Amino acid sequence: MATETVSMNRPKRGLWDGGQSPMNASYGKLMMWFFLLSDAFTFSALLVAYGMIRYSNLANETAVGGLGTYVPSQEAWPVPDMVFNAVPFLHGVHLPLVFVGIMTFILIMSSVTMVLAVEAGHRMDRRAVQKYLLWTIIGGITFLGCQAWEWSHFIAGSDTGISLADGTKFYGANLHVNEYGPQLFADLFFFITGFHGTHVLSGVVLLILIFFNTAVGTYDRRGHYEMVEKIGLYWHFVDLVWVFVFTFFYLI
Amino acid sequence: MAQINDHHDAEVTPQPANKEHIKKIWKTALILGAVTAVEFIIAFTMEANMLRIAIFIGLTVVKAFYIVAEFMHMKYETKSLAWSVILPTIFIVWLIIALLTEGGQVLQGRM
Repeated sequence: MATETVSMNRPKRGLWDGGQSPMNASYGKLMMWFFLLSDAFTFSALLVAYGMIRYSNLANETAVGGLGTYVPSQEAWPVPDMVFNAVPFLHGVHLPLVFVGIMTFILIMSSVTMVLAVEAGHRMDRRAVQKYLLWTIIGGITFLGCQAWEWSHFIAGSDTGISLADGTKFYGANLHVNEYGPQLFADLFFFITGFHGTHVLSGVVLLILIFFNTAVGTYDRRGHYEMVEKIGLYWHFVDLVWVFVFTFFYLI
Repeated sequence: MAQINDHHDAEVTPQPANKEHIKKIWKTALILGAVTAVEFIIAFTMEANMLRIAIFIGLTVVKAFYIVAEFMHMKYETKSLAWSVILPTIFIVWLIIALLTEGGQVLQGRM
């Protein structure tokens, strides 16, 4: 009988019956996760479209197995190694994947400094948060600079170029003409890396905002650094997308 | 209360860093770097075929797991949060299957 009285005073409450957060996460953090999920759908739509269009075109097999020289063709999908093989200051040297490798390294390192900033935020260590946020911002800006170089190189084109129907020479690529292969290859390059670059850019803007807020002590007054955590989630997502872009656009 | 707002600098004392936690972060970074290095080696030594594509996709999933689980802290969230984010991505899997099949069909139609 005594046990019954106790249960009468404290009714049994399920996890989802209210009065507590069942997912043990704040509203803002939860919404950041669902925003990232929706963003993942957008990026996968772009990448899957790339896959589909690539499969609906013939593969360029002029240099299969290291035999023969690679010849770009307007009908066959280009081999990424042969298109993205340039590194700044090394003109004319064939270095496939080296520059994107450097970009990948920069973005992974900026992700590491971002986790370190979040970790410092948990400890309410404002100086450490500032330091690591600054490193993350530098990493993000460096990545954007690399991407700008990659774009301008892609647009300027190779030394050989292609001959157009009217007899003129064309170098590089834009949304209408493309020396590397089928037109959609250039269009998808601009859209996918451009959409990712836009995310990096907005990430850098958000990082600068929270750096400013950290510096003026907003989060110390608030009592927690959760905003750093939320922007951190976004920043890691940008890194995650790059991992997929790197594989599907440059490796395969 | 006004005093706290005016002199926030002196109010908060940071706790010392947790060595174990920081070691784990660097370990994850090392794994990500190592997997990328393996991808590079394969890209330069292996001939392009279906097996190489499968290996690349497998290694990408490994990297994605470490970024989401460790960097984004998903491993330490509640199960309901983790599943409500991960389960909807099943639609992406369907999209991949549907559109890659479609791409192959388009190529057949063109030839």
